[in-house]
Amino acid sequence: MTRTQRLNPAWFLVAPLLALVAVMFAGPLVNILWLSFTDPEPGIANYAALIEKASLQKLLWTTLRVCLITTVLSVVLGYSIAYAMANVAESSRQRMMLFILISFWISVLVRTFSWIMLLGRNGLLNNGLIELGLISEPIAFVRNELGVLIGMVHYMIPYAVLPILAAMQGIDGRVLQASRNLGASPAQTFWRVYLPLTKPGVIAGALLVFILSLGFYVTPAILGGGKVLMVAEYISVQVLITLKWGTAAMLAVLMLGSVLGLLYVLSRFMKLSAALGGGRT
Amino acid sequence: MTPARLNHIIAWSLLVFLVAPALIAIPVSLTTENYLSLPWDGISLQYYREVFNSPEWMSSFLQSTVIGLTSAALATVVGTLAAVGLWRLSSRWGEVVRGLLLLPLVIPPIIAAMAFYRLFVPLGLIDSYLGLILAHAVLAAPLVLITVGASLAGFDRRLEQASRNLGASSAQTLWRVILPSIRPGVISGAVFAFIASWDEIVVTLFLSKFTVYTLPRRMWNGIRENTDPAVAAAAVILLGVTFAAFLIWGIAQRRAAKPQSKST
Repeated sequence: MTRTQRLNPAWFLVAPLLALVAVMFAGPLVNILWLSFTDPEPGIANYAALIEKASLQKLLWTTLRVCLITTVLSVVLGYSIAYAMANVAESSRQRMMLFILISFWISVLVRTFSWIMLLGRNGLLNNGLIELGLISEPIAFVRNELGVLIGMVHYMIPYAVLPILAAMQGIDGRVLQASRNLGASPAQTFWRVYLPLTKPGVIAGALLVFILSLGFYVTPAILGGGKVLMVAEYISVQVLITLKWGTAAMLAVLMLGSVLGLLYVLSRFMKLSAALGGGRT
Repeated sequence: MTPARLNHIIAWSLLVFLVAPALIAIPVSLTTENYLSLPWDGISLQYYREVFNSPEWMSSFLQSTVIGLTSAALATVVGTLAAVGLWRLSSRWGEVVRGLLLLPLVIPPIIAAMAFYRLFVPLGLIDSYLGLILAHAVLAAPLVLITVGASLAGFDRRLEQASRNLGASSAQTLWRVILPSIRPGVISGAVFAFIASWDEIVVTLFLSKFTVYTLPRRMWNGIRENTDPAVAAAAVILLGVTFAAFLIWGIAQRRAAKPQSKST
C-alpha cells in the first residue's frame, strides 16, 4: 500500500460534530479571549482591575472560599460514604450506589428549589420550629453563605464519592492484614496504611469537586439570595445587565484557565474520561 | 459499637440526606393550603390541575419536550457518527480530536452560555428554537461520544472486516453491523442527552427571552420566598419525566447486560 496524504474517510464521520464544536465553542471562546484584552479599549486594563478594584478581589475571595469549604466538606463526607460502600456486601453496595445515581439525576434546579422550600424564611423547617415554640424568629438558613454551602455540598458529594470509592476498591486487602499482623491497631492501620493508599482518589475527588464548584451558577445564585456573589453570577450580571463584556470576558478567561489547569493536574491522578463521565455514564 | 459500624450508619444517613430533601416537592405539591406547606390536613391535586390548566406551564412543558427530543436526536446522530469515526481512526490525531470534542463537558456552563450568546446575537438566534436546540445538542453530544465510545470498545473489529469482505459497503456495515451491536450505548447517550436538555437552565437563561420559555426557565422565575405551590407541582412533573428516562436507561442497560453480562 502506498502511503499518500489522502484523508481517511472516517474523518467524514467526525466532521459534523467537530464543525459544531468549532463553530459554537472554539470560535466564540477565542473571541472572548480577544475581548478581554480589547473591550472597552485595547490593553490589559481588565486584568489590572483585579489588583486595583477591591470589589473584584472580594468577588474572587468569596468564590475561592466557598469552593474550598465545599471541597473539604464534600470530600470528608464523601469519604465516609465511599468507605462504607467499599466495605459491605455487593448487594448492599449496589443499593447505596442507586442512591448516588438518583442524586446525580435530580435536576440541580429542583434541588435548589427544595432547599428554599425546606430552609427558607417561611420554609417548612422554620415554620415547624416556630409552631413547636422552639424559636420565635425564623432562622436564616438560606440567602446567605450557609445556604450556598448546604446546596453546593449536597450537590457535590456524589462527585467526591466515585473517585474515592475507585481508589478504595483498588486496595489489596492483604496489605491491611499485614499491618494488623505486625501489631498495628485498627485505628493505626486506618490512619497509617489505608488513608495514604486512598490519597490519589481523595486528591482526584477534591480536584473534581473544586473544578465543578468554580463554575457553579444556579445554587449560589438562588441560595445566596444576591448576598454571596460568586464569579459565575457576576459574569451573568455583566453580560446580561450592565453589558460590560470586557470584565466578563476577563473573568471567563480566568475561570476557564483555572479549570483547564486543574483538569491537567487531575489527569495525572485519574483517567479523565472516567472523571468527565461523572455519574451519568 | 465499632467505628466501622458507626461509619456505616453515618454513610446511610448521608445517602438519605442526598436524596430525601430533593424529593420534598412531592408532598408540598399535594398541599391543600395556598402556601408552601406539608399536606397535614389531607391531600389535594389542585396545583397539578392549576399547572395542567395553565397555558403558560403547558406551553413550557411542550417546548421543553420538543427542544429536548430534537436536541437529543441531533446530539445522538452527530455524537454516534463521531464516535464511530474516531473508533475507525484509532490514531493519535483521533485521540487529540476526541479530547477536543469532550471539551464542552468540562467548560463551565456559564462560559458556554456566554460563548453561545456572543455567537447568537449577530446571527439573530437569541430567543429562537433553533438556537436553543443547537446549544443543547452541542452540550450533550460529548455524553453520546462517551457512551457510544464505551460500547465500541467492546465491539469486535473483525466483525466489521467480515462485513466488508462479504461485500457490504461502508454505510451498510455501519447501519447493519456496527449500529445494532452498539445500540445500548446509543440509547444511553440519547437518554442522557435528553435529560441534559430537559434540566438545562444556565444556557437557557442566556438564550431565551419571551418566545422560548422552557420548563426550567419558568420554574426559575417562580422560585421566590413566597413561592406558589404550583411550582412544586411543576418540579414534580420535571422530576417525573427525568425518572421515566432513568427507567428507560435502566431497562436498556439490563437488556444489553443479559447476552454478554457486560455493562458500561
